[in-house]
Amino acid sequence: MSAASTDEPVQPAASPEQAPIAPQARGPGMWATVAALLRKELLVELRTLESVPGMSLFAVTTFVVFHFALNQNTVSGDEAAGILWVTLLFAAMLGVNRLFVADQDQGGFDAFLLAPVDRTAMLLAKALALFAYLAVLELIAVPAFGLLLLAPPLSQTLPDLLLVLVLADIGIAAIGTLVAALAVQTRARDLLGPLLALPLLVPVVIGAARASSPLLVLAHPAGVGGPPIRWLATLALYDLVFGLIAYAVFDFLLED
Amino acid sequence: MIELEGLVRRYGEREALSDVSLSLHAGQTLVVFGPNGAGKTTLLRILSTLLRPHSGGVTVLGYSLPDEAWAVRGRVGLLGHEPLLYRELTARENLRFHARLHGVGEERVEELLAAVALTDRADEPLKTLSRGMVQRAAVARATLHDPELLLLDEPRANLDPAARELVEPLIGPGTDPARPRTRVISSHDPAGGLAEADLVLGLRGGVPVLLSEAADVSRAQIAELYR
Repeated sequence: MSAASTDEPVQPAASPEQAPIAPQARGPGMWATVAALLRKELLVELRTLESVPGMSLFAVTTFVVFHFALNQNTVSGDEAAGILWVTLLFAAMLGVNRLFVADQDQGGFDAFLLAPVDRTAMLLAKALALFAYLAVLELIAVPAFGLLLLAPPLSQTLPDLLLVLVLADIGIAAIGTLVAALAVQTRARDLLGPLLALPLLVPVVIGAARASSPLLVLAHPAGVGGPPIRWLATLALYDLVFGLIAYAVFDFLLED
Repeated sequence: MIELEGLVRRYGEREALSDVSLSLHAGQTLVVFGPNGAGKTTLLRILSTLLRPHSGGVTVLGYSLPDEAWAVRGRVGLLGHEPLLYRELTARENLRFHARLHGVGEERVEELLAAVALTDRADEPLKTLSRGMVQRAAVARATLHDPELLLLDEPRANLDPAARELVEPLIGPGTDPARPRTRVISSHDPAGGLAEADLVLGLRGGVPVLLSEAADVSRAQIAELYR
């Protein structure tokens, strides 16, 4: 100790008067924060093209590989549903892994935590961004699947398939955001992300594959049936449960 | 404004800050000296609510941390080693993003871009700007919401003399007596640091080895910290 003891807090004699404590800073509302974060997220993706092009290229390449590896021109039913959903799942993992990287590497987390905003806004914005990435992925991958592998015409299955895609994407977005926020804080984030996400996403893949399988059969009579309600309900319930879990724990993942 | 009582912060087994106690009033400037790894950045991050103290009392702006951290956010401006800006976005896009998070109008963004002389380069991605320009943008980001407490980690690093003059009104002691600017500054510059300090804290290995009013501290005492 050079000059003064640290045992007692120093009270400089000539200190100015204590200023009155101002009320807490008022930030924007929840949805304004979500909008600001989502806008930033999409802007960064547009500039870097780090997620969606990679996801899309992976999916299309995988369909091409299946096309040749299966040694058959078309697939249908369970086989088609399995190929479609496993491919979409692994393509989604590429986006999940990148979801928080810019924030972690460039201080976006810290900047966000310093702002007087509801932290749930980041969960919502990231999940919405991932949902948007998945939608763009599927805009490219599903027609490619129809062209390269699918036996029945895509126009026959698409209206019903859309509902399954939306429900599965909500689940992937909720679980993916949660897992990505956890994994990005570790050194082994590229390994940990898929390790944590894949087991949690298996029920989504099962539900989505079972729900879409009847839509992808060659003899599917248009206007009859549709996706099984049981599997749609399972997907919706899983989305709800993981949406609530993500909402409950996300704040803690951002904490020191 | 800031009250620390026996503050301890650990990283694993290592104590990054050990038993730090001090009191800083509104409008005062605390300058923290110490070699690399002394705990300066850790102290600033605790005061900014980004890190939790492991024991001891921390009161900032009248609120106890970490329990009342929510009340402190948005009233503190942190300028650290990292600019906390996205490299792919332009300076204007970055500042507008932060303005939205802090509920600040876009006219303030233009005002600050002009203040740090970045208006002409405001629409270029940050990754294309020099380090000094990025630091100026970071100063604008940290002061965008006109915070009551400024936490500045070597704030003039990467700035040339002209740029230092530019940012001085933003990170200097302030001139409005109705709104005193309280600052905690981490520095390696004994002359510059002592000139702007009311209170000096010297850290070595996380331990406070010097705590005194600036008038009572000599440059030799600061230099001793680095030996």
